[in-house]
Amino acid sequence: MLFLCIELKRYFIVKRFLEKLVEGALLISGSVTSITILLIVIFLFKEASGLFNSPVIEEGYVLAFNKTNPVKKLSSYQIKEIFDGAITNWDEVGGKEEPIEVVRLSDLTKYYTEAELGSNFENIPAKASELTAKHPGIILFLPTNYVAKHFNGTLLKHETLRPGDFFGGKEWYPTASPSPQYGLLPLLLGTLWVSLGAILLSLPFGIAVAVYLAEIADMRVRNFLKPVIELLAGIPSVVYGFFGLVVIVPFLQKTFQLPVGETALAGSIVLGIMALPTIITVAEDAMRNVPRAMKEASLALGATQWQTIYRVVIPYAKSGITSAAVLGIGRAIGETMAVLMVTGNAAVIPHTLLEPVRTIPATIAAELGEASAGGGHYQALFMLGVILFVITMIISISIEFIGKKKYSN
Amino acid sequence: MKKNNYRDETNSIPLQGLGVSNTGNIDRKKRISQGVAFTIFKLMSYAVVGILILILGFIVTKGIGTISWDFLTKAPEEGMTKGGIFPAIVGTLYLVLGSSLFSFPIGIMSGIYMNEYAAGSKIATFIRIMTNNLSGVPSVVFGLFGMALFVNTMKFGDSILAGSLTLGLLSLPLVIRTTEESLKAIDKSYREGSLALGATKLQTIRKVVLPMAFPNIITGLILSIGRVSGETAPILFTVAAYFLPKLPTSIFSQVMALPYHLYVISTSGTDIEASRGIAYGTALVLIGIVLTVNLLANFLRNYFSKKVKTN
Repeated sequence: MLFLCIELKRYFIVKRFLEKLVEGALLISGSVTSITILLIVIFLFKEASGLFNSPVIEEGYVLAFNKTNPVKKLSSYQIKEIFDGAITNWDEVGGKEEPIEVVRLSDLTKYYTEAELGSNFENIPAKASELTAKHPGIILFLPTNYVAKHFNGTLLKHETLRPGDFFGGKEWYPTASPSPQYGLLPLLLGTLWVSLGAILLSLPFGIAVAVYLAEIADMRVRNFLKPVIELLAGIPSVVYGFFGLVVIVPFLQKTFQLPVGETALAGSIVLGIMALPTIITVAEDAMRNVPRAMKEASLALGATQWQTIYRVVIPYAKSGITSAAVLGIGRAIGETMAVLMVTGNAAVIPHTLLEPVRTIPATIAAELGEASAGGGHYQALFMLGVILFVITMIISISIEFIGKKKYSN
Repeated sequence: MKKNNYRDETNSIPLQGLGVSNTGNIDRKKRISQGVAFTIFKLMSYAVVGILILILGFIVTKGIGTISWDFLTKAPEEGMTKGGIFPAIVGTLYLVLGSSLFSFPIGIMSGIYMNEYAAGSKIATFIRIMTNNLSGVPSVVFGLFGMALFVNTMKFGDSILAGSLTLGLLSLPLVIRTTEESLKAIDKSYREGSLALGATKLQTIRKVVLPMAFPNIITGLILSIGRVSGETAPILFTVAAYFLPKLPTSIFSQVMALPYHLYVISTSGTDIEASRGIAYGTALVLIGIVLTVNLLANFLRNYFSKKVKTN
């Protein structure tokens, strides 16, 4: 008897222990999403953090000035403008009145004969130093290993990218030499144009369908339309992109007589279609949550069904419709493949919807493969990822907030 | 009879007095505006069907000619302008399998914890918010993250393992949400009945709650497979190979994948015009997989819901 008691007790202890163990395992599983978000934050920031410590000038190169030149600092954009010939005088970048003389390594042959440079270019360091000393307006772009020990000039090599150059930069040109351009503005504006275009197209459409599904259609029509919308949501984005590429892009090119059909508008149309299921589902749910009593009261007062819809149902479901719109924008901003395939990917600030644009996600997808790990380009792409992540977090949190407001009312 | 007449009179006289004699006109206006609005809504709804038919119809009619046994079972040839897409199909299957092995157990367990152990608590709310946030993260950010964590930091390299983990994390919110909702739909009385009979919580979940929620959970899992098989951005930098006719030998090898293959041959292949046919075929296979998965999920949902009703 005693033995049985002990056995039974042990059995229950083991059992309770097992229960606790399982609960612990479940809790750990439950925390995976939170841990993932934490890890995403850590890793994105870690990889992107070096961006503002990365040199403005291409790795392994320096810029050299004449010693008398008072200019000691140049921003990434100024360097690019100088080498593009857009800035031609030192007084434009804070120096004295003096024309800028741009010299690259290959230009050295204009100043010296090949014999003077040496058969193995062994005299380049000395000659470069000499040239820099002689020309007061010179800016010389030189590989680090050609810099002479006692270089007769000012070297610009520790300049790092400024946050202003990134966040306010108007050009994205990561392969530019000598100074790659990591300007966020064209990409951010491209993303916003395409997403806003998409939401303008799909929001009226989505709300109309949601109203029809929630208030007008009978059960049979609903049972037919719902799976159709689910299928539309299930089509992979790369297929949407392909469809856009072979159907919408040529169509736009023909209709608007454009040089290229890959435009922001093509992206907006494709994204608009892709955002439809999200908008419809969320807006319809919101309209279904309108209390029956409110609708009945409106109808009992003599309002028609249509009056009830636009005076009672839609105002009541306003917060739900807002979150549908916000969620749709979120989807559109983050969408990568379809946009990459149809928007033409020209990293310029757009002026109309009929120009090629490049979005942030498309930039990451297109360029990360070419960027060497740890380099400035790589860090800039991760910084884009950070920005994208922050935008979507703001959207998620604002939806949470919109939802809360509804309940407190 | 008399009473009725009297009522009619009192109804109409004050109306005339108030100058609302044209009620019929207002009614007609109302009816017309309602008719117009409803017609517009109806047309727009059917336009959605039109869009779906347009996309599907286009890809099916253009792609059906490419589909053949050889196309499905051979590797790409001659710079991907000829041959088949077998390695890409196999790669996608591996990725779906790998990501499911990761996301299904964790997602289901997480859903069980949220609904059965922590329902209504702060922890559950917190997990729910985090899960929602994670589902809002763009897929390309998952790609960046997978590359930074799995490929570079954990040194998996471009591999099935890295790609599967990335895709698994991406589909986790969907699995968690469907599990939680399936469990929520089960009436409390079943749990209470089981507990009253002396079953422990774990036994109740295993023997009562999970079997009942199973059909809906399965539907959610199948839908997540559909989602995973079409994702491109997360696998760009974690696993996908541009061209790799060999089949993978371990979880550390690279693979081709259908969505990435479609992207490559339609935008940056060696000869885009020559490989258009293959592109249509690939799109059709991809859409076929996704549609089959969706229809299967729909069918299962209907099948099980009927079964539950008859019980």
